[in-house]
Amino acid sequence: MARIIVITSGKGGVGKTTSAASLAMGLAQRGRRTAVIDFDVGLRNLDLIMGCERRVVYDFVNVINQEATLNQALIRDKRCDHLYVLPASQTRDKDALTREGVARVLDELAQGFEFIVCDSPAGIEHGALMAMYFADDALVVTNPEVSSVRDSDRMLGILSSKSKRAEEGAEPIREYLLLTRYDPLRVDQGDMLSVDDVKEILSLNLIGIIPESKAVLSASNAGIPVILDRDSDAGQAYADMVARYLGEDVPHRFLEAEKKGFLSRLFRG
Amino acid sequence: MVAYSSVSGSESPAAFELKAAGFTLPIFRLLASDMEAVADQLATRVGQAPDFFRNTPVVIDLGSFPEQGEAVEFPLLVGLLRGYGMIPFGVRGGDKAQQRAAEAMELAILGDSHSRPARAHPEPSADSGLDDEAGGANSLVISGPVRSGQRHYGARGDLSIIGPVSSGAELMADGNIHVYGALRGRALAGMKGNLEARIFCQDLRAELVAIAGHYRVSENIPSELQGMPVQIFLDQKILRIEKL
Repeated sequence: MARIIVITSGKGGVGKTTSAASLAMGLAQRGRRTAVIDFDVGLRNLDLIMGCERRVVYDFVNVINQEATLNQALIRDKRCDHLYVLPASQTRDKDALTREGVARVLDELAQGFEFIVCDSPAGIEHGALMAMYFADDALVVTNPEVSSVRDSDRMLGILSSKSKRAEEGAEPIREYLLLTRYDPLRVDQGDMLSVDDVKEILSLNLIGIIPESKAVLSASNAGIPVILDRDSDAGQAYADMVARYLGEDVPHRFLEAEKKGFLSRLFRG
Repeated sequence: MVAYSSVSGSESPAAFELKAAGFTLPIFRLLASDMEAVADQLATRVGQAPDFFRNTPVVIDLGSFPEQGEAVEFPLLVGLLRGYGMIPFGVRGGDKAQQRAAEAMELAILGDSHSRPARAHPEPSADSGLDDEAGGANSLVISGPVRSGQRHYGARGDLSIIGPVSSGAELMADGNIHVYGALRGRALAGMKGNLEARIFCQDLRAELVAIAGHYRVSENIPSELQGMPVQIFLDQKILRIEKL
């Protein structure tokens, strides 16, 4: 049975899609058959980050409305055979996502995939609720600032009350905290919440810390999930996150501000 | 619903008598099941005239409640109304399940007919007689964090949280509130006016604390008490925060 993972946050612009793309790519690169679905109907972005925007024929809403089969809509990634993308529709709105339709698509995907990554839209409205409703695991993407932390907290409350698992009284969704855009220098200066601050407020398992990195923007613009940029700190941090998700014990990195000394010159080339 | 007990035959002067009387009361007509929407709109309405609603008995009318058969979150609704000083004591209309839920909240079920006035016997313990209620027979325990936007109401008893309470979360109880963790949200104890209710927490960072309507916002909590384990109680109707 496939595991359904939702990437969610409440707040927009914190790095959900970037994280969804990298998680899906990371799982697929380890030989796990993975599908990643863009739930942000009307504002589709995942196809751009994945670099498959020019191969979109059918989309998620077409499959829900049974205008296309799942196989017609799934786009196989050119870099990794185990990864498939189900893009969102740009021309509809989120009401096109019906619970029955989403359930049917996920059921069908579960036959052929090991992991299904759901990239949630921002907000706590219908689209976000649909993305998380069927989840087994949730990655809550949070920036180290108060409004993002509060929105994540709100989202966690919704996960524990409005998901399928909650409604059926099943084992609750496994929740993980993914801290993104972390800048140790600004934490040291007191401008940013520290890892411990965020962990304390959200009392959640930390699955990864992604440092603020120029590599993320350039990778997004190039349509390459940043996890493929092995030389970048963000890419390595996402690779660590995937390892942790699969149960490996990997210590957290990129927590210290870089020293402006010969060491940094040595390692940064 | 009303017990007509006879007191005739006794020699001593009558200590009470039962009579019928009619009252004109405000009706709180519930139009939606979404308690958050109700809370938002109520806050706006009460904000316009805060004193108007203080100690006002109200009847909850379900006659226009559109979602037939849908459960009404009475604990939230009653907590909400009481929080604004209103005294909800009865329910009119609604289906059987809704009325059962209302009875569980000690609300009287009033006749459905529009001409019937509220009885003069409306749930006398709504704002008094807390002695038996505050006994903790109905204590509610929540294990795990209370997230922003979540709300828990310990009706007729204590509310205990084993875990942190986030900012934007709301705790209400007719009795005491205990938080074994950081309290960053709001905590309102003694919702039915119990002056003896207390709030206990391990780490005080609350946005607002209140006992029986006497409240203090974060700004008015001294900084030396922030982050401390404290108890909060009323002393001569003044809210006091004391280190544990």
